[in-house]
Amino acid sequence: MPGAVVELVRARKDYGGTRALNDVDLRIEAGQVVAVLGPNGAGKTTAINLMLGIRKLTSGTVKLFGRPPTDPVARSRCGVMLQESGVPDLLTVEDLVRLFSSYYPRHLPAAEVIRKAGLEGKAGSRFGTLSGGQQQRLYYALAICGDPEVLFLDEPTVGLDVEGRRAFLADLRQWAGAGRTIILTTHYLEEADQLAQRIVVIDRGSVIADATPAVIKSQVAGKKVVLRFRSEPPRALLDSLPATSVQVDGDSVQILSADPVAVVREVMRRGGDDVVDIDVIGADLEEAFVHLTGAARG
Amino acid sequence: MAPVGPMLFEQVRAELLKLLRSPIFSLFSLALPVIFYGFFGVGNADRLTNGVRGGTFLMASFAAYAVANVMLFTFGISIAVERGRRMDLLMRATPLRGWVFLLSRIVAATCFALAALLLLGVFASLTGGVRLDAGRWAGLTVKLLLGSLPFLLLGFAIGYFVSPNSAPAVVNLIGLPMYFASGIFAPLQILPEFVQKVGPYLPAYLYGQVAWDAVGARSDPLWRDLVGLAIYTVAFLVLALLAFNRQENQRFS
Repeated sequence: MPGAVVELVRARKDYGGTRALNDVDLRIEAGQVVAVLGPNGAGKTTAINLMLGIRKLTSGTVKLFGRPPTDPVARSRCGVMLQESGVPDLLTVEDLVRLFSSYYPRHLPAAEVIRKAGLEGKAGSRFGTLSGGQQQRLYYALAICGDPEVLFLDEPTVGLDVEGRRAFLADLRQWAGAGRTIILTTHYLEEADQLAQRIVVIDRGSVIADATPAVIKSQVAGKKVVLRFRSEPPRALLDSLPATSVQVDGDSVQILSADPVAVVREVMRRGGDDVVDIDVIGADLEEAFVHLTGAARG
Repeated sequence: MAPVGPMLFEQVRAELLKLLRSPIFSLFSLALPVIFYGFFGVGNADRLTNGVRGGTFLMASFAAYAVANVMLFTFGISIAVERGRRMDLLMRATPLRGWVFLLSRIVAATCFALAALLLLGVFASLTGGVRLDAGRWAGLTVKLLLGSLPFLLLGFAIGYFVSPNSAPAVVNLIGLPMYFASGIFAPLQILPEFVQKVGPYLPAYLYGQVAWDAVGARSDPLWRDLVGLAIYTVAFLVLALLAFNRQENQRFS
């Protein structure tokens, strides 16, 4: 399919005096699974809202399938899950799937949608009586009922337990496997790592990284050095190491660094006799991310 | 794009289901006019009022109340509540057209207004001895529905201006005194003098004239009341647009 699914060009969004998005360029091709990552307030939801035409740009342009994002023709090709949106409590699962299906030109049969969302047996239940996880699955049903080419998911696994999240990610992987496009925001970073081929990191309204999970891991945060000592090591031993973060947990120390060799050499020089174990492993996405945003959060 | 016909059908169905499944709304819109008629209408059924039987006159009064109330409730309260719980957000990201959504609400409210009128009409015929020919019934129904536009617009304005928690209170605070001061719930003559002075300028008073005229309880021409209703329609339209734009600027700009 020629052309981008979504294209932001120098997209800027100000709320009052606050800049939520600062001249962002972003082009997403059909068939990509893209995760937009960032801390709370980074501008992820703003970016999604602009792509969907829910909010208007302050300056720059946004295109959805080459059209303005408010165009019903463009929206007919998109399924959407939003944060903190609601649907009427008094309507049943089936009522809502029927209703949202009617908005889309080539919608799937309601029973199939309900089955795909794992809500069999709940078709006749009112939305207000569903559990949090079931409500989230209902929103997923509403997102896929129009057989969309692209799914926009804003923090889709919020409110799901571990098992629910795992099942939901498996569904998404299967859905994307058919060559369809997913654009999701998340701060569950392992989620992006498991699902996305491309990660766009947003911080304070700007894109600060845009690459595959592997590239982000290899280039940015580097390695994690895990040292175990005979007993809790003295602070002086760990001062001013060539590291981005040092975490002490009893006799065990985790050090994030772009230069693990230098870290190990320095620690061994200062107090090598007390080290009983060393592990050097690739940093996971969350650690890469902490490094990228330039501040240890959480 | 999806065809508009099925979209409108499903949207109307959903709006009707929401109204049917909220007992408070059904009670207010369907049962209260009948209950009020039972209190005030049945006992006064044979007393001649403005040239018609009291049973007929008060049936027209409570018919006006029923339709105006459905419009104020469905637009005022449900818009405010759904806005507060962000039910409009997801729909705004779908290909649903705004006018389809608005039209479906109007159709659903009209269905409920018709049901309320039917119920009241049957009850008044059985208990108040109301006898009107088919043309009068039809005329009353059509005139009340057309004349309800200012109440629909006022409800719309309240729905977008007022917070979800205070919307029911605001709708009742505006509605109840207005129905009293307009001679809908009680004859104006028994109310305080200043209310008698202000009452004839209220939209419900003008609307009541439409209802009474439709059942033959007025002799002089209606044009002055219709002009008054038209003025209120324009004023509430402006208010509704202001309220809608305010919310668009706050949440969707």
